[in-house]
Amino acid sequence: MATGDLALGQEQGTISTRQRVVNDFSINLATVNGSGSQSANSVLLKAIFGMGVPVSGKNLFPSNIAGLPTWFLIRASKDGYVARKRDTEILVSLNAETARQDVMALPVGGVAIYEEQLNLKQYRDDVFFYPVPFDKITASICSEVKLRKLVKNMVYVGVVAQILAIDLGVVEHSLKTQFAKKQKVFDLNFGAVKAGFDYAAANFVKQDPYFIEPMNETTGKIIIDGNAACAMGAVFAGVTVVAWYPITPSTSVVEATSDLLKKLRVTPDGKASFAVVQAEDELAAIGMVLGAGWAGARSMTATSGPGISLMAEFSGLGYFVEAPGVIYDVQRAGPSTGMPTRTQQADVLSIAFLSHGDTKHVILFPGSVKECFDFGSDAFDLAERLQTPVFVLTDLDLGMNNWMSDPFEYPAKPLDRGKVLTAADLDRLGGFARYRDVDGDAIGWRTLPGTPHPKAAYFTRGSGHNDAAGYTEKPEEYTAIMDRLARKFDTARNLVPGPITVANGTSMIGFLAYGTTDFALRESLDQIQKEHGLAVDYMRIRAFPFTREIHDFVASHERVYIVEQNRDAQLASLLKLDLPAAQTTKLRSILHYNGLPIDARSITEEFAAKEGL
Amino acid sequence: MATATPAPKLNRIGLPVLDYRGGKSTLCAGCGHNAISERIIDAMFEMGVEPERVIKMSGIGCSSKSPAYFMSRSHAFNAVHGRMAAVATGAVLANHTLTAIGVSGDGDTASIGMGGFVHMLRRNVPMIYIIEDNGVYGLTKGQFSATADLGSKLKTGVINDLPAIDTCALAIQLGATFVGRSFSGDKKQLLAMLKAAIAHKGTVMLDVISPCVTFNDHEGSTKSYKFMQENDEPINEVGFVPSFQEIEVDYSSGEILDVQMHDGSSLRLRKLLDDYDPTNKANAVRTLMEAHEKNEVLTGVFYINTGQPTFIDLLNVVDEPLATLPESVTRPPKSALDALMANLR
Repeated sequence: MATGDLALGQEQGTISTRQRVVNDFSINLATVNGSGSQSANSVLLKAIFGMGVPVSGKNLFPSNIAGLPTWFLIRASKDGYVARKRDTEILVSLNAETARQDVMALPVGGVAIYEEQLNLKQYRDDVFFYPVPFDKITASICSEVKLRKLVKNMVYVGVVAQILAIDLGVVEHSLKTQFAKKQKVFDLNFGAVKAGFDYAAANFVKQDPYFIEPMNETTGKIIIDGNAACAMGAVFAGVTVVAWYPITPSTSVVEATSDLLKKLRVTPDGKASFAVVQAEDELAAIGMVLGAGWAGARSMTATSGPGISLMAEFSGLGYFVEAPGVIYDVQRAGPSTGMPTRTQQADVLSIAFLSHGDTKHVILFPGSVKECFDFGSDAFDLAERLQTPVFVLTDLDLGMNNWMSDPFEYPAKPLDRGKVLTAADLDRLGGFARYRDVDGDAIGWRTLPGTPHPKAAYFTRGSGHNDAAGYTEKPEEYTAIMDRLARKFDTARNLVPGPITVANGTSMIGFLAYGTTDFALRESLDQIQKEHGLAVDYMRIRAFPFTREIHDFVASHERVYIVEQNRDAQLASLLKLDLPAAQTTKLRSILHYNGLPIDARSITEEFAAKEGL
Repeated sequence: MATATPAPKLNRIGLPVLDYRGGKSTLCAGCGHNAISERIIDAMFEMGVEPERVIKMSGIGCSSKSPAYFMSRSHAFNAVHGRMAAVATGAVLANHTLTAIGVSGDGDTASIGMGGFVHMLRRNVPMIYIIEDNGVYGLTKGQFSATADLGSKLKTGVINDLPAIDTCALAIQLGATFVGRSFSGDKKQLLAMLKAAIAHKGTVMLDVISPCVTFNDHEGSTKSYKFMQENDEPINEVGFVPSFQEIEVDYSSGEILDVQMHDGSSLRLRKLLDDYDPTNKANAVRTLMEAHEKNEVLTGVFYINTGQPTFIDLLNVVDEPLATLPESVTRPPKSALDALMANLR
């Protein structure tokens, strides 16, 4: 169908079963930000989910409040692929500014549902066109001019549902969950959905091959964004002090945390078993986190790149005085302000060594919303066990987009509050040295301020100190502390979440990845198998410092591709520092850093080119 | 046989003053900061504060070293330059049952730490914040700080051509609820102010002029011992009667303002300046501004407000320290997670 005019009405007849594309395509909803399209997009996403079809959504939005182009990508995938698909087959075009570029981006045989005034047929003739008079339809069902802009979005939900054969009852259900307890709002919006649905039924004959058909792949699943999942993780890890400074894309981590705390952590007499402070800047935010951690609270902050830069000095203090705290970094595209609403994995290296001097930090890399939740307990436990700041690195893609997941499981282990001496312990021991390695794991025992014992106190200082926390400039005392801190980092190696071996067969080629790259890589590995007949191995890294298994994985392969979303191969660089020199030459990088979430096709193509396939 | 040494004087909780002492000071002999450490020891001892119930917070600089020189039985956190306010805020949130005393300097507060300082004031974080104010950077050998007065002279002859930041005026304006200035050489006034500070609930901001004998104690300095001895103008005579002592009428003349503190103690301010009302913010700031124009250094309690909710009150935090709440309180039950999951289906 390369050249024929496929515009509606030109060709009649049904689509043969062979041509049908069922539950395997992407929809691009092109709107203007601030127009309220988010709810409509969410309803559509959840309707496809309600049809039992694996689905994912990606909001590509501008760093702006209103008036700039925004795109929402919904991917339906019978195979369960949830990464961004490089091409989208279906366009819903409501933004005049980007209409031309959007329709030109469609593949041949794609679908354009659009505001009829945009007259997209003028640009090409090899896609299916469904022109809709959105404004007219909206005006006919909504008398309040003020509300029309919002209601219009629901009209396209109805049109899309009709064209893709999504059950109207399922859309209704999805809308009901969205507007729970707001009957009037529901009525108005469902009226709009129906108007769109009916308009499409009356005016279009289905020509395109795309269909949503019921499946049974989402039963029991939940849909949640990574930031909300991190928030839940922190709350179920017993966080008590939260200090933060608003920054995209991490803001909703704390907003969700705060909402959950207000809901779940108010005592029967109305008091809060938590404190949330909006600080004056990220310097103060992490200062409060470390002050609270030092005094014994489970404390956290959430930030993104620029905030991480500001937290550098304090991170070094936390490392050196050995104070716990959890720092969520929802990475965005840097450097500098970069692209605040675009995604990247480009804070890895700076965080690994954040601050001046010999400093190393523990980093967790959640690779799903479920791990965003699970790593909450891990991060707080590790921070207190290791007495050090622990960084949880997600990214905008994971944090701000909706993901399908198995429900989160209640933490199986009790909280690990680490090595803390009580007054009774001090009576028994007759005293303690704060930074002395008495257990051989390089972790000292601490006391909390307020411990009622004359020997409980110690002097915490970011200046040179000895193992009794006394000030020192003596070479041997200083190096003893630094060497113990290095050993403590080795202890961390055995405590952090180990890697997940996704595939480890007989291939001489291995892949390593972390975080959101996993979604695209899994799909790419299927493509590599299907298209090149290669079954390659894959291990997903979940933490720094790297565990033994990662070294073994590299050792047991001839070539290891590290796929990541930054320009400078940051995790590969970190791994090179860790590996024996002979192993480092095995490492190859596949990098993606344009701000859009990585996609499978790009990985497959680059891998094939590098392997000469 | 040697004669038995007399038993040391014990305070109301049975501790000798020795239990309030710290390590040996490494600051210069004659440094004002050492005198302030002494007064803190006296105040804590006389008030009968349990040393284990105190946290000592500081930033970086000569001043910020001083927590090592008092109260070794208290936990201390010597953090990074200019960030003591934030660290102290976090520690207080974690355990608001402790008495937090922060020691900072004029550089640590009024330059690098200004951002955190003003927001701590705004929040009325319950703590004592002391600025050991000498107008210069000591550890880097004598550069002007932001509290150096206009026209004052460095040892090298350099004249300060920028106006001083008045941390007291700032603190009053921004929300501290107990604001005063004293002089490290005025034992009586400083001790009374510190005792009242311990009794206060809310941010206490004390700017204590503390001459730097090495870099800023010369002719032309406005933070020298000599200048303070000549220009110190107390606006009130500060008396303090702790809750556990009976009030004796020891003021013979003058008008006395008796301020009832939260713990039942009483701050007694005898007016030395006509019409000075330390409960009136606008008047307090105006008085300070006018004094600058006359090159006077006012000392005393400039402002006090015992009715303002603290940050802890505003956050409505439970009575127990957040730090040590049990898991049964801090980790919601499985049913709560199940309910959340059900809503996401």
